[in-house]
Amino acid sequence: MNILAIDTSNYVLGVAVIKNHEVAGEWVTNVKKNHSVRLMPAIDQMMKETETSPEELDLIAVAQGPGSFTGVRIGMATAKSMAYALDIPVTGISSLEVLARQGTFFEGLICPFFDARRGRVYTGLYDGKMNVVMEEENIDMDTWLEKVEAMKQPILFISQDLALFRERIEAKMGDNAVFPTAAHQYARPSYLALAAMKTPASAMHTLSPNYLRLPEAEQKWLNRQEK
Amino acid sequence: MNNEHYLLAIETSCDETAVAIIKNETELVANVVASQIESHKRFGGVVPEIASRHHIEQITITLEEALHQADLTLDDMEAICVTEGPGLVGALLVGVNAAKGLAFSKQKPLVGVHHIAGHIYASRLDNEFRFPLLSLVVSGGHTELVLMRGHNDFEVIGETRDDAAGEAYDKVARLLKLPYPGGPEIDKLAREGEATIDFPRAWLEEDSFDFSFSGLKSAVINRLHNASQKGETLKPEDVAASFQESVVDVLSTKAKKAAETYGVHQLVVAGGVAANSGLRQALEETFENTDIELLIPPLKYCTDNAAMIAAAGAVAYRQGHRASWDLNAHPGLDLEKYGKRGAVL
Ligand SMILES: [Zn+2]
Repeated sequence: MNILAIDTSNYVLGVAVIKNHEVAGEWVTNVKKNHSVRLMPAIDQMMKETETSPEELDLIAVAQGPGSFTGVRIGMATAKSMAYALDIPVTGISSLEVLARQGTFFEGLICPFFDARRGRVYTGLYDGKMNVVMEEENIDMDTWLEKVEAMKQPILFISQDLALFRERIEAKMGDNAVFPTAAHQYARPSYLALAAMKTPASAMHTLSPNYLRLPEAEQKWLNRQEK
Repeated sequence: MNNEHYLLAIETSCDETAVAIIKNETELVANVVASQIESHKRFGGVVPEIASRHHIEQITITLEEALHQADLTLDDMEAICVTEGPGLVGALLVGVNAAKGLAFSKQKPLVGVHHIAGHIYASRLDNEFRFPLLSLVVSGGHTELVLMRGHNDFEVIGETRDDAAGEAYDKVARLLKLPYPGGPEIDKLAREGEATIDFPRAWLEEDSFDFSFSGLKSAVINRLHNASQKGETLKPEDVAASFQESVVDVLSTKAKKAAETYGVHQLVVAGGVAANSGLRQALEETFENTDIELLIPPLKYCTDNAAMIAAAGAVAYRQGHRASWDLNAHPGLDLEKYGKRGAVL
């Protein structure tokens, strides 16, 4: 089983190649640079380094969001067109699940999140076996913290945007707030590949990002209709 | 050697997801356009984020349909062409990255294509170009006169200093409370009216091939305003006809003058507004008794499509234009610079 995993859904750009069930190569950056320019050269490099030709791939795994609308689409356009061209399945995995998997060995609940601006976050709650405890949503962080605090359990908060919310989390959660080391704050594409191996393939044509948010124009239009 | 050279082209610069396949540069074997116009209607214009969302949902469906139509596979393609700009960045990115995915998977050359070059080359699907030629590009975002002395050799000799002709159409359509998209609606209305109102024509300096439509737009606003103040009723049909006559008069007169100045063999009309019946008719009359051949693409190639990107991409490919894996979307891509790429390589 050979898998190419692609994650461009947030600042992290991740590409991994799994060969015969082993992580043959993995490349991650966490810099504010253009995914569209860097993704395909990264894939090219990773495939060359691992001596994998496109025809040898059996599956494409792609981070489905939530995250940057444009970012998710860059990875998804690439993943869908590659799966189509190579006639292999493509599997979309929640970007939050990929992030949550950094906490695999934590014995408690895991809360991955991404900053969604104006005090809101894209988030969800998982257990160590990656079962969904609370469905992912786009929610005000304070409201979310109310909900997870009520579980009265240690929760591991994983996010590249941890610094923005750390104080608020500590104030609300007290000793039940657990934070990872800097090395575990970023989604690794090998986990994306791993998740894809355990998940049924997506319907290639209709696979599209999980935005968790309407386009602004549509939201405004809906608001007007309600008045 | 086989004599059948196929290219596949993708276009997603605005609100159409399109894929086409072309044989030997000018023979179209598949042309699929998934239009989103209905999704944008309620917003009165194209919403970029909504356009991008549709593109990602439609891209592989459109691809499959094109290959099915052509009864070919990706392995039959010699290269993959894609619109890299100008256009909406988020929309362009879907096409660019999908094209890269295809080209990489099949290890085929990748060619980035200029959207306006595509509009011009739409005419080459039916008629061989004879240089020098002049192209009149009129669309929602562009109003330009482009001189071509050879393939992919573009010199912009005139352009709008303010609004594009298509923009003026959209604004006047909104004033007349016509549904989106406004251009075709004004065209329809104009056919039922008479050009009884004398709207201004911006000729600018004697030797200039530039355009200006903001004065005309203001004149229409003022005239409608004055009429409503005086309780006078203007027939919208007549307003549309008068407005259209002003636009068309300037476009066809300037095109003719430039064509004569540069001694061109052909006038190639390109862009969405080329579908306008008033403009087509005026240009036919203007160039009727001249040696200049008038090329206006069929209606279906006037609006955005990938057939035109394939036609332009075929020439770029032959000239050696090649994009690398770091190809990006270029929402402000310059036409003249784009044309010079082949010469550099
Ligand atoms: Zn166009």
